[in-house]
Amino acid sequence: MSKNSFKVLRPGINTTFQDLGRDNLYHVGLPFSGAIDKRNFLIANSLITNREDDAVLEFAYQGPLLEFSGSQTSIVITGNVNFKIIKKDTSEIKGECYRTYDLKNKDCLDIISTEKSVYGYLSVKGGFQLNKFCNSYSTTVRAEVGPNDGKKIEIGQTITLNDADSSIKKSLEYFNSKIEFIRVIKGTNFDYFSEDSIKDFTSKDFTVSKLTDRMGMRLSGPKIKNLKNTNIKSEGLGKGVIQVPADGDPIVMLSDHGTIGGYPKIAVVISADYDKLAQCPPGEKIKFKIVSLKEAENLYKIYTMETKNIINKIK
Amino acid sequence: MIKNIYNLGDAALYCDFGDTVNKETNLKVINYFNDIRKKKIKGIKNIAPSYNKLIIYFDLELTNYKKIKDTLENLDISTFEATKTKLVKIPVCFDDEFALDLERVEKRVGLVKKEIVNQLISQKYFCYMTGFIAGMPFLGDIKEKIRLDRLETPRVKVPKGSVGITEQFCNIYTFESPGGWNIIGNSPKKVFTKDPNKLNLIGPGDEVEFFEISKKEYSKFNEQK
Repeated sequence: MSKNSFKVLRPGINTTFQDLGRDNLYHVGLPFSGAIDKRNFLIANSLITNREDDAVLEFAYQGPLLEFSGSQTSIVITGNVNFKIIKKDTSEIKGECYRTYDLKNKDCLDIISTEKSVYGYLSVKGGFQLNKFCNSYSTTVRAEVGPNDGKKIEIGQTITLNDADSSIKKSLEYFNSKIEFIRVIKGTNFDYFSEDSIKDFTSKDFTVSKLTDRMGMRLSGPKIKNLKNTNIKSEGLGKGVIQVPADGDPIVMLSDHGTIGGYPKIAVVISADYDKLAQCPPGEKIKFKIVSLKEAENLYKIYTMETKNIINKIK
Repeated sequence: MIKNIYNLGDAALYCDFGDTVNKETNLKVINYFNDIRKKKIKGIKNIAPSYNKLIIYFDLELTNYKKIKDTLENLDISTFEATKTKLVKIPVCFDDEFALDLERVEKRVGLVKKEIVNQLISQKYFCYMTGFIAGMPFLGDIKEKIRLDRLETPRVKVPKGSVGITEQFCNIYTFESPGGWNIIGNSPKKVFTKDPNKLNLIGPGDEVEFFEISKKEYSKFNEQK
């Protein structure tokens, strides 16, 4: 039994254990899940010198307040996150993302909020003491699978950490940049929509609505008019797929999406831009731009190379 | 056999088996699904079979659309094995407490409850696909006499275990979920088990039979809680 643990004094809005996601179960209705912002997930585990696929705690908007018990541990937070460490003697340290901190017995970690973004990540040296479900530490709340009985973390519960007392001193200079456009590839029902609507889709602003969670992101903006059929025969979906139901407001599928859907697909967000799209909070405006498959593949190569370069800059 | 292959974004491939939804087309999809799974093709991360489509997700760091497309086009389909299927019997309680849309169904199809239930339980169903929510089976085809459209306004919360009908299909809500199917009963059986060795009781290609149970039997049987 490990001696290090967190007590959850406040769970936050949507705090779950995640890793790189779970493969090979779409046919039973389980999506990939996994950390929504893959780059920030990978940076978190690299900074704390964990394995690339160790579990982290992902939080959205408001994060958890955790009280540490044990001898000592090191933590790191990635994303755009406002947090502080409240020492046992009640003195406070304002937290900086991409910098490791040591926690001592009875120190509290207060993850106050994500700033101009949605998701943040907490990685702990040695990782959390969890069991994998079907080869992954990712939680799919809607199907009640994954660590913590498939649930978000709850007030009062104890989170046990793996034994790791070494103090990690690492940091990275990194800023989460925004991009001008979210790039997409034409969807398989692109020709269902009116020419004017296609023009609107690729030139006007769309606003991220409050109806957004790990399953999907609803957008509002010019209504997308369907000329052919507002329903198709139900078929598989994937993360980044943009469906347009009869009301004309697009929905982007995110990592916990339903695996089957029957709305026409206007476009699919390219893999390189998925993290950035998913980090757009409600109220933020986004613009779409169509690129070719070849361009998307190249942009993904650049994205993975950039991620490696960022990780190589860790000191 | 595959009519068309397209890319769905940059990390998935979309195989179209034709426009018709019937058992014959769907069995082709399932055969492909089983064979591709068995071959463990490099870079394939997930495969989603549906009525007449197969969507294959791959790891863009290991492969790409063109490579997977070439592999698919050169599959030797003569070695495909017939899909192994099983018959699954599902208890359903049609008590008024669970039959949330009974009145609507009675009105639309012009039959009374007993007749509707008899129509539903008097035959075997074929599972076309599983998904939307974990383990949810899309079963067909129900008798013409009890076919009707979805609800105009979907329910925000359909109770777990609900048995619903729409068009030529019926299903079981394996979790509480939003949904627009006409709910006429509830099954106490856990159809999504969370046992990693057999996650879903009903898989694509399987056969399903419903049998009626009383409210009393339902309470004794309940695996949902």
